[in-house]
Amino acid sequence: MSVLIFVDTAEGQAKKSSLEALSYGAKIAEQTGTAAEAVVLGAASEDLAALGRFGVKKVHHVTADVFNNFDAQLYTKAIAELATASGADVIVLSHNLNGKAIAPRLSARLKAGLVPGAVSLPETGGAFTVRKNVFSGKAFANVTVNTPIKIVSLNPNAYPVTETGGTAEVVAATVQANEARVKVASVNRASGEVPLTEAEVVVSGGRGLKGPEHWGIVEDLAKVLHAATACSRPVADAHWRPHNEHVGQTGFAIAPNLYIAIGISGAIQHLAGVNRSKVIVVINKDPEAPFFKAADYGIVGDAFEVVPKLTEAIRKLKGVS
Amino acid sequence: MKILVCISKTPDTTAKIAFTDNNTKFDTAGVQWIINPYDEWYALVRAIELKEKDPATVIHLITVGGADAEPVIRKALALGGDEAIRVNADSQDSFYIASQIATVAKEGGYDLIFTGKETIDYNGSAIGGMVAELLDMPFISLAAKLELNGTAATLTREIEGGEEVNEVSLPIVVSAQKGMAEQRIPNMRGIMAARTKPLKVVEPAAVDALTSVTSFGLPPAKAGVKLVPADNVEELVRLLHEEAKAI
Repeated sequence: MSVLIFVDTAEGQAKKSSLEALSYGAKIAEQTGTAAEAVVLGAASEDLAALGRFGVKKVHHVTADVFNNFDAQLYTKAIAELATASGADVIVLSHNLNGKAIAPRLSARLKAGLVPGAVSLPETGGAFTVRKNVFSGKAFANVTVNTPIKIVSLNPNAYPVTETGGTAEVVAATVQANEARVKVASVNRASGEVPLTEAEVVVSGGRGLKGPEHWGIVEDLAKVLHAATACSRPVADAHWRPHNEHVGQTGFAIAPNLYIAIGISGAIQHLAGVNRSKVIVVINKDPEAPFFKAADYGIVGDAFEVVPKLTEAIRKLKGVS
Repeated sequence: MKILVCISKTPDTTAKIAFTDNNTKFDTAGVQWIINPYDEWYALVRAIELKEKDPATVIHLITVGGADAEPVIRKALALGGDEAIRVNADSQDSFYIASQIATVAKEGGYDLIFTGKETIDYNGSAIGGMVAELLDMPFISLAAKLELNGTAATLTREIEGGEEVNEVSLPIVVSAQKGMAEQRIPNMRGIMAARTKPLKVVEPAAVDALTSVTSFGLPPAKAGVKLVPADNVEELVRLLHEEAKAI
């Protein structure tokens, strides 16, 4: 009996979404009176024993080179093998971009029920029931897993990274691994920027900004907040901003702590991608913009005047010059 | 080249979300059904583009659902595709649906199986990966580009903060997202042609679902927006810092 957490890495470092998964998995272990263990696949560039601070007792580290690139099939086989060997009855991973590829494969491989995109800790008294968002954030469902092994993929930003202290025992593990069938030809990661789906604060611009040349005010505000930048669909479609910044029904769905929407009217398709944000601030010169109905705070005003002032006021608060 | 595109029917984006039977069932009264946008705009349209390049390509559509799913699958056929298969079963959970699709796909010998990146109702992102595992095929998730050169596929998939280019040999399963193709509107010729395209109904394989939805609920309503005057951004900063503790 144990909880096994898959730690997804980028350049050998655990992703923030995986630290959330570790904290969440450790809490489930505490809740059910079992131990939490972690799996890391591929080379690590950090001290894995330190993952113990999130509450895991043991880290299984598979260092075979084949895991230095992502192949959902190989990763699945490895996690399944380690889960079986360690007798895990709960497997936790992040519902991040790699997690979405691995979790369903694991579920089918182990015939273990999956709750994809969990937003709550499980109820474990009788049935194992976990809450997830459905209807693009407009509702939630309580999903019961009816199999002996349960798999939960945790939505990014749905559970806080929690340090409880401690050091984990790192165990070198080997698994049967074939050659990867997927060859990673290139990885193109913008360095120094906050990944949109992991960002705690997101500053987003819409058509109200009138053109790509005006994005400086969005970027300045994002910089002072250490935020990721995003945009609405018309902005991406007009190629003012790259498609990987598009949030909404057909772009990315995000759930940051703070979402600041500038010059975005708030069509229902846009809201579907951002309505899980904890705090929503809307800046729009149209007092009738539907977005105000979904917002926590709002300013009716001209973005070109309001946003630079806001940036300045936040800079003052944070004491940075 | 044989392509299978998985099609799901979902409530229209603007549909009112409500539940009945003590919050255990989605209230379908007055709901307009559409093709899940990711299945339609990205998966199906990319498949059609591949067929336009190579007319020998055969596209099959598959859906798991009752007879009420047929208008939606006809609409998909109006966009393109040669024939459709409906597995005559109410969907139970992702594994149940994926198992039905995998059973049909095993017989069909497809080179490429497409799903949308997720449905806009269950938001599971699970079907493609499960089908791939059941068929022992590679799975490229959240792909924004796909190019074929014979049986060699080159795909671009999203990773945190960037993208990754993958090379893989067919057969594969792909979940498609924005970037893969552009939305199309069916034309009159397509709509007429769809009426006579074959729509095969098959009975489901015996599979046990792994999960069940115990109940649904609606998130608490927002308290309402607090408006701050445009000439007092300091007040907004104070509220975000002290009240919302968001900065």
